[in-house]
Amino acid sequence: MRPPPLPELRPLLSALGSALRRGLRHSREGMRRIEAMDRARLRAEARLMVLCGCFFLAFALIGGRMAVFAASEAPEPARGGSIEDPILGTRADIVDRQGRILATNLATHSLYAQPHQMIDPARAARELAAIFPDLNEERLLRDFTGERRFVWIRRQISPEQLQAVHDIGEPGLLFGPREMRLYPNGAIAAHILGGASYGREGVNSAEVIGVAGVERFFDERLRDPDLSDEPLVLSIDLSVQAALEEVLEGGMTLMNAKGATGILMDAHTGEIVAMASLPDFDPNSRPPVATSGDPGDSPLFNRALQGVYELGSVFKIFPVAQGIELGLINAETMIDTRGPMTWGRFRIRDFRNYGPALSATDVIVKSSNIGTSRVALMIGAERQRRFLDSLGLLEPLPLEMVEARTGAPLLPRQWSEISLMTISYGHGLSVSPLHLAAGYAAMVNGGTRVVPTLLRRDEPQAGARVISPQTSRIATSMLRQVVTRGTATFADIPGYEVGGKTGTADKPTPRGGYYDDKVISTFAGMFPASDPRWVIVVTLDEPVETSGAEPRRTAGWTAAPVAAEVIRRAAPLLGLRPQVAAPQGGGVTLAAN
Amino acid sequence: MTDLVHGTVPARAADPILPRWWRTIDKGALSCVMGLFGIGLLLGLAASPPLAARNGLDPFHYVARQAAFGLLAIAVLLVFSMMSPRQVRRLAVLGFGLSFVALALLPFLGTDFGKGAVRWYSLGFASFQPSEFLKPCFVVLCAWLMAGAQDPHGPPGRLWSFAIAVVVVAMLALQPDFGQAALVLFSWGVMYFVAGAPMTLLLTLAGIVFFAGTLAYERSEHFARRIDGFLSPDVDPRTQIGYATNAIREGGFFGVGVGEGSVKWSLPDAHTDFIIAVAAEEYGLVLVLLIIVLYAWVVVGSLGRLLRERDPFIRLAGTGLACVFGVQAMINMGVAVRLLPAKGMTLPFVSYGGSSLIAGGIAVGMLLAMTRTRPQGQIRDILGTRR
Repeated sequence: MRPPPLPELRPLLSALGSALRRGLRHSREGMRRIEAMDRARLRAEARLMVLCGCFFLAFALIGGRMAVFAASEAPEPARGGSIEDPILGTRADIVDRQGRILATNLATHSLYAQPHQMIDPARAARELAAIFPDLNEERLLRDFTGERRFVWIRRQISPEQLQAVHDIGEPGLLFGPREMRLYPNGAIAAHILGGASYGREGVNSAEVIGVAGVERFFDERLRDPDLSDEPLVLSIDLSVQAALEEVLEGGMTLMNAKGATGILMDAHTGEIVAMASLPDFDPNSRPPVATSGDPGDSPLFNRALQGVYELGSVFKIFPVAQGIELGLINAETMIDTRGPMTWGRFRIRDFRNYGPALSATDVIVKSSNIGTSRVALMIGAERQRRFLDSLGLLEPLPLEMVEARTGAPLLPRQWSEISLMTISYGHGLSVSPLHLAAGYAAMVNGGTRVVPTLLRRDEPQAGARVISPQTSRIATSMLRQVVTRGTATFADIPGYEVGGKTGTADKPTPRGGYYDDKVISTFAGMFPASDPRWVIVVTLDEPVETSGAEPRRTAGWTAAPVAAEVIRRAAPLLGLRPQVAAPQGGGVTLAAN
Repeated sequence: MTDLVHGTVPARAADPILPRWWRTIDKGALSCVMGLFGIGLLLGLAASPPLAARNGLDPFHYVARQAAFGLLAIAVLLVFSMMSPRQVRRLAVLGFGLSFVALALLPFLGTDFGKGAVRWYSLGFASFQPSEFLKPCFVVLCAWLMAGAQDPHGPPGRLWSFAIAVVVVAMLALQPDFGQAALVLFSWGVMYFVAGAPMTLLLTLAGIVFFAGTLAYERSEHFARRIDGFLSPDVDPRTQIGYATNAIREGGFFGVGVGEGSVKWSLPDAHTDFIIAVAAEEYGLVLVLLIIVLYAWVVVGSLGRLLRERDPFIRLAGTGLACVFGVQAMINMGVAVRLLPAKGMTLPFVSYGGSSLIAGGIAVGMLLAMTRTRPQGQIRDILGTRR
């Protein structure tokens, strides 16, 4: 047993104890510090490991990339524009609705010279001039011996020419690959396709850019390298287009017309199946823009789209349909047609006197200007303007061609009552034949607006409603009757139930006023009348039919028979079955033997 | 007591410097650097005659200069590698002050050698680029400040170092020398990372960079085109990069043969920024891979040795120096293989350049001084001071 501590030592002991405790605290603090250092060190170690890994990976990546580069073949130094904006020669094909080629590319060569590499410039110039007769030998020699280090000789040469130039054996003559735009069908659908030419040129490629038509409109999409394998599918049917052009050509000759245009359009989808304008051109060698003369006579001019004309009586269906839609008249309403009708200093006459009154149907069938003027007066100018606007007849069409915006309708400066009346029979308002086709489509397809398109689309456009389905049916029936018993009997093709309206408009003179021997004759129609699917517009410019005793210019004698021939040729191609009347009798004749 | 009885242990006062240096130096890294210098001379033989021809000099003029500067640089390297970290630190702080003043005076006394950016002092026989010397000194200074911040009552060294970094980067960017500015910023970032940057801050920064990049790509057509052009597999062969890429392809695995290369004739910077292309063309992938391995060895090896280092200052300074060295090499080679957008950056020890060689010698010398083997107090781990 230990003796108790001496009381004298107590202060000493307590001082010793407190010192010990202090020391312990200090060392605890130091310990904590050391632990913090350790933690920081471990963390630093971990992060250093991460750094090591990153560097290792980065070096490995560079090495790997070097290896990939080293393993790949060194390409020829291609000179095709800068990296940010390379010259791409690719251009997607254009095909018709069935995938038939309308425009494609052909690999050809370009020919250029590097005079400083030439051995015998004089001989090269001589031989080149022999191969290409349009090249001037002296000029070539001057180019080859001058300061120039680079001379384009031909942008495109044929394989035969390539071989011939090759045979010259001149090292300073060089070839570069060159894509060429080719339209294998020649002039067919020329206006729609437009044409292409070269944009920026490099030695190894050249941009092929569209200059007109869909080529220009879809230029970016066609040149998009990502889409170069996907052809642009148009709504055009090549065979129908060819038939249309052939018939128009013949009709233009027979009718002594100076121009013709035809449109065949799906009344529900708005797809233009064929659209032609004559005279035309070959997009493979697009003619230069005419600098003199009326641009409207140039083969480049697309009458279907750019040619805005007063189209005449074909407009009559619009006021009559609107009158029925508004409940102002019905198909049997008798309309006063006594003429001449005077309004201020204007007089409105009919082609013939049709008696004191005609039913609304007969106003269309017989084509009475006075009748439609009366209906238009019931409708009023503002409602007429809005109706035509709802059909899209007052604005340029949003068609997928650059020329579409130049085909802006010519509107009366002031939509007065006299405008109201003349517009009801197609004067005083100029629109393109394609506008008219869009308007007719809306009249017969059940009454919804149609916007024409050149792109293939398979479902109907659910456009804004313009007239009710009942009105549309009545309008269709009226159009059918025009063909069965009216002005367009020449347009009747058995089995296809053609309906339509003729229009013969005097051409305006440049000075104002109208020619009395120059007309625009138009047939606008649809088929089959029982369920209208196709809209057709045929317009002849200055036709004269001379088979009779006196020259005939009315559309019933000129445009209607041409349209009929178009339908006769095109309907089978469109897959339309003729409605053949059931054979009379039992169909089988028993014969005694 | 023992001392009193037996006398003190005779201190090996004259522990010979060279044997101790040899014992503790990172021999791997040292040999790699020597190898790189040798390769640089070899490539200089190939790459610099066109330049000499252009300047109307003896074909091997630049090779001789490179050899002279290289020997000087190696001497500097060895001297620095023999110093203790404390000596290195003192010299570096001093050097930082000097080169900072030199950098600040550049707009008044410097020359641009007709290249548009005032980065050099012309000394007649040679030129001198202060930023080359500033880099290693800056790294050591920042490491010192950050390590000081880890002491319990130390100064706010991270903040100070950040301020210095911002000032230096701004001065370099004004020259303009975005390459060096990026390197300085990068070295600071790496040291801050190892010194224990908060994870949330790093993630936030990464997020901001990613977000801003995406935004810029979507909003700015110019930026997007630059990036697309850079990413696109085709390269305009008329640019320096185009020539370099083509040279690497030409070279293949074993090269077109010594002296047979053609890229050195078309590339104005074949002896500096695009020396790797010359190497690839004439000696092939083999030499390129060897160069990459040498750099990787120096960097990864040094970082590996620093893993064992317990002194925060040494750890940070070594990390910064190694990373700057490695990243500079990486950027140079990354440009040639189009992993990075074009940026003028020399290949340390391989590219031609007098002052950059010596600056490289200083930097690697400091690095080797940091990575020398020294006692790390591992005994404490063994004895277990933890409770």
